Amino acid sequence: MDFDRTAEYAHKHSEEEGKKVRKMIWVIFWVLLAVTAAEVTLGLVWQDMGIAWGFVKWTFIVLTLVKAYYIVASYMHLGGERKNFKMVVLIPFIVFAIYAIYIFLTEALHLNLTDYLPLAE
Amino acid sequence: MSASTETLDNKKTWGGGFSPFGISYGKMMMWFFLVSDAFTFTGFLIAYGYMRHRFEDVWPVAEDVFTHFPFMHGDHPLLYVALMTFILIMSSVTMVLAVEAGQRMKRDSVILWMALTIVGGLIFVGSQAWEWYHFIHGTELGALQLADGTIVQWVDEAKNAFMIPGVADAIKGSDAAAMIAQGTEIYGANLTVNEYGVPLFADFFFFITGFHGTHVFSGVVINFIIFVNVLKGTYEKRGHYEMVEKVGLYWHFVDLVWVFVFTFFYLV
Repeated sequence: MDFDRTAEYAHKHSEEEGKKVRKMIWVIFWVLLAVTAAEVTLGLVWQDMGIAWGFVKWTFIVLTLVKAYYIVASYMHLGGERKNFKMVVLIPFIVFAIYAIYIFLTEALHLNLTDYLPLAE
Repeated sequence: MSASTETLDNKKTWGGGFSPFGISYGKMMMWFFLVSDAFTFTGFLIAYGYMRHRFEDVWPVAEDVFTHFPFMHGDHPLLYVALMTFILIMSSVTMVLAVEAGQRMKRDSVILWMALTIVGGLIFVGSQAWEWYHFIHGTELGALQLADGTIVQWVDEAKNAFMIPGVADAIKGSDAAAMIAQGTEIYGANLTVNEYGVPLFADFFFFITGFHGTHVFSGVVINFIIFVNVLKGTYEKRGHYEMVEKVGLYWHFVDLVWVFVFTFFYLV
C-alpha cells in the first residue's frame, strides 16, 4: 500500500468542529426543504392566482439553481476544496452546458415557429 | 480542509511529490466521473427541452399525467413526486451525516446514517417503480388515437365526444362519430403509444427517469458494499473513512440530478 497516499489527504475533524458541521447540514436541509415546498406550492397555485407562466418558469429555474448550489458547495464539500480544483470541475461543465442549452433551445423554437410537422405519419 | 487554506506558490504546487489539488487521487477521479456523468444527464435534459419546444403545442402537461397517490383516490398533481423528492433529499442528509461521522472516526454513527441512507434509496427506487406502473397502466378512461395519429382526450365516460389539443371546443355529434370509428382507443403509455399525448413524452420519461433510477439503484448497491465494509471495520483499520466520502459524492450527485429532473420534467 505504499502508493496509496489517501490517508494524507483524508479530511478529519474534532468533536467541536463536528457540531458546527452538523448544524450547517441541518440548516441546509431546511433550506432545501423550504425551496422544494415553495416550488410545489407555486406549481399548484400559479394558474388560479393568475401569475404569468414566464415568471413561474424562471422562478423554478432560479430555485433549482439555488438547490444545486447548496448540494454541490456544501453536501459535496466542493466549497471547501482548493480554488484550482473548483475551477477544474465547474468551468468545463458550465461552459458546455450554457452553450448547449442556448444552441439547442434556439434551434427548437425556430423549428417550431417555421416548419411545424405533425408527429405521426 | 487544512490543505485548502495553506498559502501556495506555483512552483511548489506543481513541483511534484504531492497532490496539487490537495485531495486524494480517488476523490479527484470520483469528481471527474461525476462531471462526465453530469454531461450525460445534461444531454438528456437538453434533448428533452429541444423536443418540448419543438412540439410545444401538443406536449402533455406533467401535472395532468402524474396525479396518482397511493391509497388515495382522485387527482393529486405533483404530490407524489414532491414526496419522492423529499425522500431523496432526506437520504442526502443522512448520507452527509454519515460522511461527517466518518470524519470524526465514529463507526457507530456511520453505521446508523448509512443504513438510513440505504433505506431511503430503496424507498425512492420503489416509488419510481410505482410511478412507472401507473404511467404504463394508464387511466381507466384511456384516450383516442385518431387516424392521423393525434391523441385526443375523451370529454366523459360516454366516449362520444373528445378534445383536440390546442382546440377550445369539444368535437361531438356525427363529426366525432366518424372520427371515433376510424380511430383506436389506447390505454397507458409505452415507447410507441402514449395516451397522455405525444409518444416522445413517454420515451423521454422512460429514458430520463430510467437512467436516473439506474443511478439510484447502483448508488444503493455501492452504498451497501461500503456499509458492509464499515461493519467489518475496514476503514477503522485503514485509519480514515474516505471511501464513505467518495460514495457520498456519488449519492449527492444522484440527488442533484433529481433536483433538475424534478424541475424540468414535472414542474416546467
